[in-house]
Amino acid sequence: MSLASVSLDHAGRPDGALNTDALRADARREARGLFALLSPGLLLVFAVIIVPIGWLFWLSLFDESGQLSAANYARFFEQASYIKTFVTTFKVAFVVTGACVLFGYPLAYMLSQLPRRAAGVCLIFVILPFWTSVLVRTYAWLVILQRKGLVNTWLMDIGVIGQPLPLANNFAGVVIGMTHIMLPFLVLPLYASMKTIDVDCLRAGMNLGASPAATFRQIFFPLSLPGLASGVVIVFVLCLGFFVTPALMGGGKVIMWAMRMEQTTSLYSNWGAGAALGVVLLAVTLALLGLFHWLLGARATGVWSER
Amino acid sequence: MLLSLAQSALPIGISGIEKRFGAVSILSDLSLDVAAGEFLTLLGPSGSGKTTLLMILAGFVRANAGSIKVGGEEIITMPPHKRNIGMVFQNYALFPHMNVFHNIAFPLKQRRVSTAETAERVERALDLVQLKGLGERRVDQLSGGQRQRVALARAIVFEPRIVLMDEPLSALDKGLREHMQIELRNLHRRLGMTTVYVTHDQREAITMSDRVAVMNAGRIEQIDQPEILYARPKTKFVAGFIGESSFIPVECRNGGVWHEGNKLRMTDPMPSSGRHLMVVRPEKLRLIAGEQTDDINALPATVGDVIYQGDSFVCYAALKDGRQVILRDYCRSDVLARLPAPGEPIMLGIDAQDVVLVADQ
Repeated sequence: MSLASVSLDHAGRPDGALNTDALRADARREARGLFALLSPGLLLVFAVIIVPIGWLFWLSLFDESGQLSAANYARFFEQASYIKTFVTTFKVAFVVTGACVLFGYPLAYMLSQLPRRAAGVCLIFVILPFWTSVLVRTYAWLVILQRKGLVNTWLMDIGVIGQPLPLANNFAGVVIGMTHIMLPFLVLPLYASMKTIDVDCLRAGMNLGASPAATFRQIFFPLSLPGLASGVVIVFVLCLGFFVTPALMGGGKVIMWAMRMEQTTSLYSNWGAGAALGVVLLAVTLALLGLFHWLLGARATGVWSER
Repeated sequence: MLLSLAQSALPIGISGIEKRFGAVSILSDLSLDVAAGEFLTLLGPSGSGKTTLLMILAGFVRANAGSIKVGGEEIITMPPHKRNIGMVFQNYALFPHMNVFHNIAFPLKQRRVSTAETAERVERALDLVQLKGLGERRVDQLSGGQRQRVALARAIVFEPRIVLMDEPLSALDKGLREHMQIELRNLHRRLGMTTVYVTHDQREAITMSDRVAVMNAGRIEQIDQPEILYARPKTKFVAGFIGESSFIPVECRNGGVWHEGNKLRMTDPMPSSGRHLMVVRPEKLRLIAGEQTDDINALPATVGDVIYQGDSFVCYAALKDGRQVILRDYCRSDVLARLPAPGEPIMLGIDAQDVVLVADQ
């Protein structure tokens, strides 16, 4: 045996000295062990997300006669009603998100400024409806907003209006009902991000000569933007796929994407067309998330990340 | 040209400040005068009210009663953004959504300073805190020491009448903290702004301040120059809070101060009567050979423990009544040569001029 046949590592020791192989094997064993722990979760994700989405995609590629075709997708460009649904869906999502910001920002701001205990009590009032069935809440709004509902009766009683306002079974009804349901989705992330704003930063603002209003504008508001962006993204994306409230409050006049899907599959039993609708909604949602991510930075789409 | 704060430095007159949170009194009838250009430190344990006083000065906390006059003008009801007082916060409170330049330019922007002048003044402030060229950095790209400097630059760039600092160095590690102490001190010397500094670190207070106000339970126990505060504490609290102290009970009677039947020699005026405590600092004690003389009081003791600390040694010794005192000396070779051994009877000497008595509360 010659010395030359033994390879040396950089410290001049023969290979295999000081347990390098054993340590490497140990690292591999640990990696395998961790992967084994992870595998149930991965399997679950595969079974409940990857497989159904793949199946949906697969279904969307066949027409009613079972032939492979792009007909289900071509319909989006050919039929005006599809385009109208698409536009309605986005219109509702925009208006509801806007209304949520309008009501939610001041609400979250107030909650963030209240003493801890009072904020806790108020938060219950935000979260409580959140736990109530969407169906129940939507019917409640129907009772309140319909022609002879609470609002119209009261306004006519005090003589503000002569004719009942059209508040239900139309676009306005859908927006009111959905805003109520979406509000917590905006308020909660926004409140969480407002709570992380350092009080000393606001004090520093005032100390350095900014009036309370200027401090809000130049410091508090910019620092609350990541939370606002998270809330806006959640609300907007949820709106795109919303079903119950527009179905009940729209009076058949406001057809949103999810309602179209329901009609296509249960009324016309056209699974291919329904699947195509789902695929398009998913693609549009992902594209929107990508857009938000690009516009607002990583913080907006990773709701609870970073902080 | 440096920022010129010296001409604009103003004195602060604080009188009769009362602050209660519910039934709890935080500050009671607190009065304090800060001279123009002075570096005054509020020193005290947590809960002593020092931060509350600073918050009242800055206008973030409303007092229940009292007056704060800056250069003769009453500001107690003035909103914080009109007070023109610079403040360095404990956690710096830099604006995370602005870069270094915009953080420092913020107070100038509020004062509608022109863009050109803003750029120039921010540049000068950055230079002053040795952060030249870092204007474009994001706040989260800075180290703790750099953030500290940005906070400082932001607090002085608008040439405030007064600068307040709330434990600004407490988040830094020891080496950097000591370095920044000297830097802050030098900056104060150059700019001459009236500064109120809050800390619970007695060494920091002694190192940096013109005067130190020691606070305890919402009151000022003593306010003096650091040397006087250390050498002549007026209360047991001050003696215990600043530096290390052993307390030896003594009795005043018949025109003398007595400890264990020995009449103590002292240069301070004697208290008339009653029980007092002699404040003994570890470095004021030394090992002596002989008996009591006119200048030196001798205290017989027995060595307990001797701890070698490299540059110095600490000797724990028990007096006749069992009370423990501490002696510290530097490790010069002549001292090392006759280092006492545990159990050895020794004679501790304290100079007459180092005898300080405080009331035994």
